[in-house]
Order: sequence, then C-alpha cells, then structure tokens
Amino acid sequence: MHSYPAWKIWLVVIVLLVGTLLALPNVFGEAPALQLSRNDRTAVTAAQQQQVVSTLQSRGVTVDSSYLEGDRLVLRFDDVGTRLKARDVVQQGTGTEYLVALSDVPRTPAWMRAIGLKPMSLGLDLRGGVYFMYEVDTQGAVKQLLTSMESDYRTMLRKERIPFTGVASDGVDTVRIGLRSGDDAQRFASLLRKQDPNLSVDVDTLGEGGSVTVTLSPTQVKQRQDFAIQQNITTLRNRVDELGVTEPIVARQGLDRIVVQLPGVSDPNEALRVLGATATLEFRLVDDQNDALLAESTRRAPLGSKLYHTRDGRPVLLKRETIVSGEQLTDASSGFQQGEPAVMVTLDARGASKMLETTRQNLGRPMAVVFIEKKRVAEDQPCKGTRAGNECTEEAVINQATIRGVFGSNFQITGVMANEARELALLLRAGSLAAPLYIVEQRTVGPSLGADNIRRGVNALVLGLVVTFIFMVVYYQAFGMVANVVLLTNVVLLAALLSMLQASLSLPGIAGIVLTVGMAVDANILIFERIREELRNGMSPHAAIGAGFDKAFSAIADSNITTLIAGVVLFTFGTGPVRGFAVVLSLGIVTSMFTALVVSRVLVHLLWGRQRKLEKLAIGMGY
Amino acid sequence: MEFFRKKTSYPFMATRKRWYVVSAILVLGALLALGARGLNFGIDFTGGVVLEMSFPQAADLEKVRSSLKKAGYGDAVVQSFGTPRDVLVRMLPEAGTDNNLLGQKVLAAIQSGNPGVELRRTEVVGGQVGAELAEKGALAVLFTFFFIMLYVWMRFQWKLGVGAIVAALHDPVMILGFFAITQMTFDLPALAAILAVIGYSLNDTVVVFDRIRERFMSMRKGTSEQVIDASINETLSRTIMTSSTTMLTVLALLFFGGEILRGFSTALTIGIVVGTYSSIYVASALALDLKLTARDLLPVQKEKDAVDDMP
Repeated sequence: MHSYPAWKIWLVVIVLLVGTLLALPNVFGEAPALQLSRNDRTAVTAAQQQQVVSTLQSRGVTVDSSYLEGDRLVLRFDDVGTRLKARDVVQQGTGTEYLVALSDVPRTPAWMRAIGLKPMSLGLDLRGGVYFMYEVDTQGAVKQLLTSMESDYRTMLRKERIPFTGVASDGVDTVRIGLRSGDDAQRFASLLRKQDPNLSVDVDTLGEGGSVTVTLSPTQVKQRQDFAIQQNITTLRNRVDELGVTEPIVARQGLDRIVVQLPGVSDPNEALRVLGATATLEFRLVDDQNDALLAESTRRAPLGSKLYHTRDGRPVLLKRETIVSGEQLTDASSGFQQGEPAVMVTLDARGASKMLETTRQNLGRPMAVVFIEKKRVAEDQPCKGTRAGNECTEEAVINQATIRGVFGSNFQITGVMANEARELALLLRAGSLAAPLYIVEQRTVGPSLGADNIRRGVNALVLGLVVTFIFMVVYYQAFGMVANVVLLTNVVLLAALLSMLQASLSLPGIAGIVLTVGMAVDANILIFERIREELRNGMSPHAAIGAGFDKAFSAIADSNITTLIAGVVLFTFGTGPVRGFAVVLSLGIVTSMFTALVVSRVLVHLLWGRQRKLEKLAIGMGY
Repeated sequence: MEFFRKKTSYPFMATRKRWYVVSAILVLGALLALGARGLNFGIDFTGGVVLEMSFPQAADLEKVRSSLKKAGYGDAVVQSFGTPRDVLVRMLPEAGTDNNLLGQKVLAAIQSGNPGVELRRTEVVGGQVGAELAEKGALAVLFTFFFIMLYVWMRFQWKLGVGAIVAALHDPVMILGFFAITQMTFDLPALAAILAVIGYSLNDTVVVFDRIRERFMSMRKGTSEQVIDASINETLSRTIMTSSTTMLTVLALLFFGGEILRGFSTALTIGIVVGTYSSIYVASALALDLKLTARDLLPVQKEKDAVDDMP
C-alpha cells in the first residue's frame, strides 16, 4: 500500500473548491445592460434605484436585475430591444439627471456579485473598443511655466519701479532679466529670493547694466512635468466619464505617456474629439442689477454684461470684463473650510493683484466661475456653444458664490457640495493646464471582430483540449484519464486566477491558455513515462508510482522554470496583448506544476494507492 | 499504447556530425534570407496604419487598390485577410500628417467606391512608438537569454549550458529565417511566440539534460556517448508525446485562431519542431563534443564540509 499524507488531499480539495468558485462567474455569459450615473457625480442611492426601476416597470419594461455598483446603478435586461426601450424611458423620465451608458454586464447571480466574484475581464481585442496612447508635451508644460514666470517678473518689476531692459526665457529652464544697474539686479534678486527661497537666483553685475538669471532645478522641471501629466490624466478621466463609457482605463505609462482604453466604443473619432478638447476658466463678477431671465427672453444683454447659462440651463448675467482667466491659475485643490466643502485656488502674481483689487471693491457681491471648453468638431457635428470653423467653444457657469472677504493669490470657493468641490477642483486643475497631447498610438476593434476573436479562441481551446484528451487516453489509458482530469482542473484554476487578478484577457492570452493546455500535460507525461520505466525495470506498481513522481520532479521543476523565466521577461518588456500572453503563460506554468505534481498524485493515490493488492497498472503498457 | 515496446537504443550521437552540417546549412540559409530579404515587420514595429475591413461580398482587391490610388494612396498594401470578404489595408506613416486622419481618409476613399464596407479594426502606430516596441522586443529576447543561461549554468554545468544556449539560439534563427523567406508579417505576437519557443525548446533540452545528469551518476561504466544516447532514448517517448500534444494544440490555434494569430501560431509550430530537434542534435551533441564526462556532473566534495563535521 502506498501512503500519502491526508493534509495534502485536503489541500487539493480546498484549492479545487475555491478555484471552481472563483472560475464559476465565467460560465454565465453576458446580458445587455444600462449603466446610470448621476450627472452631479453623487452616488446613486437605493431610493433612486427604487424609483428608476418602478418607473421602468410602470412603463412595461421588465428589468431582469438591478444593482448598485460603485456610484452607478446597473440595470440588466433580457434582450437588446428591452434595453433600448428602457433607455428611452429613463432619458424621458429623468431628463438630464442621469448619464446613461450602454454596456454588457455579466449575468452572474446576485450572491456571487455580493461576495465580489467576477468573470475574467476581457481585453479590447475581445470585446471591441478603442485604445489611445497619448504623449504629453512635457517640454511645453515647462515652457508655460517659464512664460508665466516671465509675466510675473514683469509685474513685480513694474510694481517695485525697477527699470529693466528685458525679461526673456530660453524655453528650457531659465529666465533672464536684464536690468539697468548692478544695484537694481541685487535688489531684484533679493526680492525673488524672499518670495521663493527654493529658487536658484544668480546675479551678474559685470559690464554696464546687471542681470538676474533664475534657473529651475532639474527637480523643479521634473515636478512641473509630473504635474502636467497628472493634470492631463485628470482631464482625460473627466472627459472619459463624460463619454459615459463603462470600465474605462486612463493610466500613465512610462515617463510622458497616457494610455486611454474605452471598451465598447466603436467610433474612435467621437472619443478623440471629446478627449482632445481643451478647457479653461474665467472668473467674472455677476451682474445682479439686471434680470437675467428678461435678458434671455429678449435675447439682449444689458450694456457691459454678457448672458451665460449654468450647466442646468439657467440664465446668468455676467460682467463683460474678466477678473482672472485660466492661464493665471497655477493650482487648485479641494478641501474643507470651517466645516464647509471648499475649493482652494492659487493664482499667479498678475491674477492675484487683479483679484485683490476686485474683491476689495466688491465685497458681498456674487462672483461666477465660467468653464470654457474648446473642442474640435466635424462639419456636421452639433456644437452647443459658438463655432468657428472646426472649433467649438462651449461656455457654462459652473459656480456662483458671494465674495466674503478680500483675497489675492490664494482663495477658496465655498457654497458647493463636497463632491462638487472635488469636481470643481478637478475641472479647475484640468482647465488651468493644457499641456499639449499628441496621439502616438491608436487601435480600434469593432464589436463584431471582438466576438469573432472570442469564438476563434474558444474553438481553438476546445479543439486543443479534445485532441489532447483523446491522445492521453489512448496512450496512457486510465492514467491518461487522470491526466485529463488534471488538465481540466488546470484550466479551471487558470480561469480562477485570471478572474481573481482581473488581468485583462486578450486574444494572445487565449492563445496562451491553448498553449498551456498542450504543454501542461508534459508534467504528467514525464511522470507516467517514469512510472512505466520503473515498471519495466521490475518495480512493484506501488513503488513505481512513488518513484515515478519523485524522480520526475527535478525534470519538471527545471524545465518549467526556464519557461517561467521567458514568461516573466515577456511580462516585463511586453505591452498590451503581449503582456496578457505573458501573464497567462506564467500563471499557466504555476497552475500546471501544482496540478501535475499535487492534484494528479492525490488522484493516483485515491485510485490506486489504497489498493492492498495491485498487480498491474492501467498505464497503457502492453501487458 | 506504447510507441516503443522494448527499450530503444538508437545511436543518436553517432550521426551527429551529419546533423551539424544540416543545422549549419539551415542556420546559414536562415541568416542569408534575413540578410537578403529582411523581415516584413508589422506596423507594431514600423509604425503606420492598418485598416481591417469586411465587405458584404467577396472583395475586389483591384477595385480597392484603384480607389485608393485615385485618392492618392498608391503605395498602400492591400491584401485579403483570412476570408475573401476581409481585406487588410496597410500603409506606412506619412511624414507631417496626422495618422489618425489618414486612417479616416483611407476608409472614406474605399467606401466611396465600395458601399457597405464595415470597418472591423484600425490600428495607428506612431513611428516612434514602433521603434520603441522594436527596441523593447530586442531587449526582451536578450534578457530571456541572459536569465535562462544563468539558470542553466547554475543548475547544470557549463558544457551543458553552452549546448542549451546554442540550441536556444538556433531555434529563433530558424523561425526568423522562415519569416524572412515567406515574408510573412512579423508582428508583436510573433515576437512573443519566439520567446515562448525559447522557453519551450529549453524545456525540452532540460528534460534530456536532467536524464543525462542522472545517467552519468548511475552508469559509471559507459562512455559519454553511450550515456547521452541512453538518456535520449529513455526520454524519447516523452519527447514524442509532449511534442505531439503541444503541436496539436498549436495546430488548433493555427487553423482556428484566425488571421490575427497567424504569425504567432506559425512561429510556434516551427518552433516546436525545431526545438525538439535541437535539444537532441544541437544541445546534447554539443555537450558531448565539449567532452562532457561523468566528472563534470558529480557533486563537488567540499573540503569545508569535512572540517565542519569535526567535533
């Protein structure tokens, strides 16, 4: 008799149970769904969910299932027709309250969703969608900083009444200020040092006049570049949200690249237009002397004012003169001010002095923040604002607040909700910087091709499995069956790991699974061949089984590690789909080693190991 | 079922010189083809625009070409893709134009002459990104070699290590040669397949080496050639079984995986054949000619251990 520790059997049972559970969500398929997110970016509440569902039901639309996921409400339907009907009902019934996105969601039962079980996430080449890679002009971002430094210095020089011959930047990291005399240079330099002690300021008093050179340190340049990329990511995230895409990915890649993935989007041009839009801000005083509604109905604004609209369409009259515009904004963040949500804004010197002056004169009066967006639109595309050729400019009042005190470069915008504050800070930051973005890579996969790719991959996988099954049973008989069961558990465990890690599965990833199927039986083949050899050498069946597993171990380990090395390197250097292949290949090696060495041993033990009298083994040897 | 009822004893190593010549000719041929024709790199590496379109009926490639020519894209490559209804248009990036617009214009040009065309896939890769992907690919191959070499060196012995590495170099060269001769598109998945082949080929080699190491310890009397032959013979049915199952699944990919995986599955198919061959006739044979002996593989007796055991 062949003994085997009981804990290993239990380990296998537990791993298989957990693995099956994790892999289970993949068998339910997908159903058409609507994803609703609130326009004001608050989370959808259970009451609102109830309301939407009952509205739909009262209109005769059957909702298969509805649940909250993150901030969104997901409504699942039986077929595409019902979904379209439901979309119309939602859009008519609630107006602009919700952003509605079409998507396909897994048909997993509620209890599985509740404990966080998800099916594998499919890559763009399988579900269709758009992939963009942007390159951020980080050099441009630094140039912008230098330009605003230039104008700040000019303002400072004028204010301090220091005569100067010129202020110029080299566009890389230096601003040079030419002055009339060496004394002036010294004075200005000490002013600059006082204002920002981190600045590297050099004074040159040789010759007739004097000059001051301000140089950004490499750290400062890098900070600025990181800042630019971070802001652009924020901007792109906002824009992507605006597109109503479900499960989008916006991520930094490498030094100056941003990757955007939009599953389910089939027209890259619409996405490109929205993502490529540039936004900025203006601060204006509100004209509270005149009636905005009247101005709207007569379509005539009073002298010195201009008619604007808030985001929800209410008319507002604002003064024509801008206090501060987006180029003067250097930073924005959200937080709390005396328990109230607030947005903290930082202006440059010019903006700050203008703001100081304006607020001093207009205490207690309302000020408005106008959000201006420029988009590239095609000839036939609608433009909500004013259009000039292919450029569409949209302006909206995003915030109005009363001026409660005098402020300069740093101030808060209060009177907003907490998530509005966050949003506003995001928008302000997004609008304050437009480091140019260039598309360097773009891939689009149509939904029909995605479905075809899945079908092809699954066909190849099933065929590969079936052929391997037949091969193994014919050659190794009962042991071949064991190998096949082990192979199946290997596929299940691989699916479980992929579902758990939520690594996106691409077509090369499926190819990796197919290849793993072919290679995973190798471990069992090594073991079985070894058992056969030991039997030929006259060993008893029980001893042969033990020896087979033990002696095959070093070959299995060594050979798998070399493939694992290739997999890990591929993962490190690969991008996109190739990376998916590497993940599957590496995980497949891990699962196949476990299943071949542990699971198959447990199976062999349960089948043959406990038989007291074992004359021969059904391992396909001719006797 | 058994391939070999009795223990086989094919004298593999006796004919190795002949196979060296065969390998050398094949490697030279592959290198010549690479030098003369080069690889037909996909846009992953060159940058450019690829449009995959599906026509309602079998596509008339000439018509597509002429409508592209009319629109000023005479040098675009038009080929059918898998089925007669699917067409692939490939073009290199134009300097100074927005490649994203280029894709749209090309589509418009084709649609004007061929109504009902459905765009299935577009890929626009900037030239710089292509160059980076190529660079990363080359680095990946180098690092794979480096780490695997390191591992084989540590686990086995340098003579076996040299054999394994030469075999692992031999296989990708064969695949690249095939791609150069057929001018099949060499894309990112094909590169991934080459790395997988390096892993697979070593996998095969290591199994044989593992047996060689074991046999050298037990067969003290045999010559190195006899030991290596015995090892190869003993692992022969395993080699045939594993190569067959892997081959069958890869063939399933080749025939059912679609055009996008064509390069990938082709590279793997060749790789499995060549990898199996090279682990016998390149890796093991080289180790033999480097005068691999039992002494190379015996565990080294460290004098220090003896000292440690003293009270």
